[in-house]
Amino acid sequence: MSAHVNAPSRAPQDLSESITGGVGESPSRPDGNLKVRGDYAYSSDLWAEDMLWGATLRSPHPYARIAGIDVGQALAYPGVYAVLTHEDVPGDNRYGLKIVDQPVLAEDVVRFRGEAVALVAADHPETARRAVELIAVDYEVLDPVTDPKRAAHDGTLPKLHPESGRENNLVRYQPVVRGRQDVSADVVVSGTYTLGMQDQAFLGPESGLAIPAEDGGVELYLSTQDLHSDRKQTARALGLPPDKVRLTMSGVGGAFGGREDLSIQAHVCMLAMHTGKPVKMMYDREESFYGHVHRHPAEMYFEHGATREGKLVYLKARMYFDGGAYASKTPVVVGNATTLGTGPYEVPNVDIAGWGVYTNNPPCGAMRGLGAVQPAFAYEAQMDKLASALDMDPVELRQRNAVDQGSVLHTGQKLDYPAPVGELIERARNLPMPPERDPAAEPDIRDLPGGAANTTHGEDVARGVGYAAIIKNVSYAEGADDYSTARVSLQAVGGEAVAMVHTAAAEVGQGLVTVQQQIARTELGVERVNIHPNDTSVGDSGSSSASRQTYITGGAVKTACEAVRETLFERATARLGHAVPDLTIVDGKLVSDSHGVLADVVDILGDEVIECTREYHHRPTYPLDPETGQSELVHVQHAFSVHRAVVDVDTQLGLVKVVALDCVQDVGKSVNPDAIVGQIQGGAVQGMGLAVMEEIQVSDGLIRNPSFTDYLIPTILDTPPMKVDIIERGDPHAPYGVRGVGEPPTISAGPAVLAAIRAATGLDLTHAPAGPEHITGTAH
Amino acid sequence: MDFLRAASLDDALATKAQRPDIAPIAGGTDLMVAINFDHIRPSGLLDLTSVPELADWSESGGVIRIGAGVPYARIISELGEHLPGLAMASRTVASPQIRNRGTVGGNLATASPSGDAHPALLACAAEVELASVRGTRRLPVAEFFTGVKRSAAEPDELITAVHLARATGPQQFAKVGTRNAMVISVCAFSVALHPDRAEVGTGLGSAAPTPRRAVEAEEFLAGELTSRGMWTDPRPLPETVVTRFGELVAAAAAPIDDVRGTASYRRHALGVLARRTVGWTWDEYSTGRQTCA
Repeated sequence: MSAHVNAPSRAPQDLSESITGGVGESPSRPDGNLKVRGDYAYSSDLWAEDMLWGATLRSPHPYARIAGIDVGQALAYPGVYAVLTHEDVPGDNRYGLKIVDQPVLAEDVVRFRGEAVALVAADHPETARRAVELIAVDYEVLDPVTDPKRAAHDGTLPKLHPESGRENNLVRYQPVVRGRQDVSADVVVSGTYTLGMQDQAFLGPESGLAIPAEDGGVELYLSTQDLHSDRKQTARALGLPPDKVRLTMSGVGGAFGGREDLSIQAHVCMLAMHTGKPVKMMYDREESFYGHVHRHPAEMYFEHGATREGKLVYLKARMYFDGGAYASKTPVVVGNATTLGTGPYEVPNVDIAGWGVYTNNPPCGAMRGLGAVQPAFAYEAQMDKLASALDMDPVELRQRNAVDQGSVLHTGQKLDYPAPVGELIERARNLPMPPERDPAAEPDIRDLPGGAANTTHGEDVARGVGYAAIIKNVSYAEGADDYSTARVSLQAVGGEAVAMVHTAAAEVGQGLVTVQQQIARTELGVERVNIHPNDTSVGDSGSSSASRQTYITGGAVKTACEAVRETLFERATARLGHAVPDLTIVDGKLVSDSHGVLADVVDILGDEVIECTREYHHRPTYPLDPETGQSELVHVQHAFSVHRAVVDVDTQLGLVKVVALDCVQDVGKSVNPDAIVGQIQGGAVQGMGLAVMEEIQVSDGLIRNPSFTDYLIPTILDTPPMKVDIIERGDPHAPYGVRGVGEPPTISAGPAVLAAIRAATGLDLTHAPAGPEHITGTAH
Repeated sequence: MDFLRAASLDDALATKAQRPDIAPIAGGTDLMVAINFDHIRPSGLLDLTSVPELADWSESGGVIRIGAGVPYARIISELGEHLPGLAMASRTVASPQIRNRGTVGGNLATASPSGDAHPALLACAAEVELASVRGTRRLPVAEFFTGVKRSAAEPDELITAVHLARATGPQQFAKVGTRNAMVISVCAFSVALHPDRAEVGTGLGSAAPTPRRAVEAEEFLAGELTSRGMWTDPRPLPETVVTRFGELVAAAAAPIDDVRGTASYRRHALGVLARRTVGWTWDEYSTGRQTCA
């Protein structure tokens, strides 16, 4: 591992501690104890001698023209080293994940409240903040575009990105049509469903430390989901070749999609390069709400037709996604929502359309389950509504329509891997139910809605049960060349064979560190496997998103290990003087079935290091036809989960206690079963939060609750016991048969909870989250 | 920003007299949030955690004096029997860690309409003890709150204690929040029966610019109980009385629409809480059996 001369203390994270266990075992995370003890160093703990602090001036208006910026007073403030505006952006003042449309610093217009306008570096964080307040910006305030439907269709509204070349304020329009469009059905149900804006609510705020390098480049220590994507965008803004911008991962305090776009990256590097000093930036919680993208709010009209026997005949769906001021992942959200909008059900005739739009609302982008979470609330509400109209058991209805291996989705893609949705539903139904509440017994109020806040002693408490089955794509789609790079080395250290795995793949809490070690231990047959800190000195691994890293980076580590093993076998053959068939490595020894133990790996290695770098690409996917949404293979893999929620609702106060939230999920192959349970339970709580409490309230383009005081996420007292039933139906196309795990539970938990609340109250509840006002009919 | 630590009450009062803009700090559970959000930037902090006169509670003649520095955790564990309403309210404050630090004195100092202790203090007709170098005074808590996050404390005064009569009848407190812990109240209600003086006390939280009593509801219920002779001969509370009590409590509220809830929800929920809590207190009074909480 190469030590940077100016490397800050406590970074990069030391995760070299080796673990035990191969693929299928459950070694614990090397950072687990550190985090529990509070000893783990996050990127907000970064420190360098003589460093400055950066701060950001943000627009107070959702939409305004900038007539002028006066930095004079701020620059004169004692302790200030630099005040930078768009004129100081050394490279191209544009960045973006899919569409390069966002200025690093605003030029003549601001498009959302919170848009970065200017930067300050000072010798103290408070000094930097005070100086930010001294920057005078002359704004001409404009009427914001805030209605996503009008943004899609109303040509009289201002075009926020006229350079896009698309109609009105469209980012992407995508229809997916299949089968007949003129069908009728015995039973038809429809509804309009809305979803609020959810925040990733990671606990570690955006933070990083940039250190100017002697070669004219910059070293950036940070927490992110994708080092190479950040590097590409940052280098472009800095006007530097990518190799002059070197990124090293520091401790990540959660991500969930919120760290896919740039936040501090280009800003902190600009300040460091301008001042010639290390500069640290760290958002506080309120700034964090303005400094990262959120989950797209949505309005969705769904209409299902079915036969009297409960077979789906047709689906018509119209979905609007508010992408806010910049595109971010809006194109992907539209692609996922329209290609997954049927849910895990066979529907012969489909007419789906999705619109993703620009508005002056806060920008929305990636969040766990992006584009799949929104329609799941709609199609699962519809399944229950249809079951009710048919007077049929909702579980039975789902089973009758569930996809399976061989099913053809509405994109034309045939599922050529297991898709055991019917089995998942059946298993969910058969999980033991929590005990019924005994109305005669003296209740413990902590078990009731409201808990210790003492709002009910059992009065007006009704129980409901709800199910949800969902579908999610895994990895990048629509023709993206999705790959990851791994560098694996093997050498003898102190008489023991030691492997080192080096990737740029971000450990954001999902457990990739142990997965990589487990794979290397399994493939190389050695005890000790160290993980090199993530940085950009190795090739691209893509983002820790789309439930893809165990599949893609796992595949890269496996492939690189196989190459290392091959090289070792070649050397062994040369050393032994003859070829030996069926060689394997067991406990650091070369073994053959026919010849027994042949040699120690350390003896074959001698003083040499075997090092191989390999890329793993998943099989190609293909774009959607822009008119019909048809594609031979739009997604490389689909994942499925089913949740069953049991809730108690105080029907008079509208308070909800989730009593149980049990999940059945197909994971293809359990690489680390304990970590998978953790992923599923954590994901379920995030989904439950969206169903009952999590919403960024936006009015006139302004966030009304940018704090954890008023943006509520579930606490441990809101978290029910969660049984997890994992099944393994391997995907023959994936390494070890793995199937992405991280997102599906987030998608299925919310609709199941909402279904249970509907069952308890008899209400329609078309908005998520369903708050006390919705349940009591006092929203207005 | 200076950080000063007072060793005695005299010391603290002298400092507050000299520097009235200094912010007293005990648990810091409101103050530090305000500072971290850059909402306020006082010239200094006056740490009261070492002032012995604030650190304890005592009882004299049926009245309990709770020093301003006594944390919620101690009120729950030590005063649950004497002051059940305040103990129940304390239990709804935030998390165990915060209940170990946060104080009723601090809650009063912030004087937020959503302060969890306030409805219980109102229902129990508590008095706030204020001290300065000029002397000490006691003020009924209902007169203490003068506006949103404003109180009758003078700039040179410190809140030194609250005084509450030991409970002579059942008391209840209930708080609506959007999650089951760590939540600022959407609305809260407290009710106390005072059979010794044939009176009923109430307190509403997050229902108006200040915490307030529902005076008409108090007088209505006390009047009904007295006229029906039910203080001495408790019988089941007629449904009409419970309903009317709920209506009067809801009518006493002047809530707003805000990010935590709508006015319409708050008024509705206060009616529900009033009906339920009065039912529980009456149940306890008439049967001698405490329910839950």
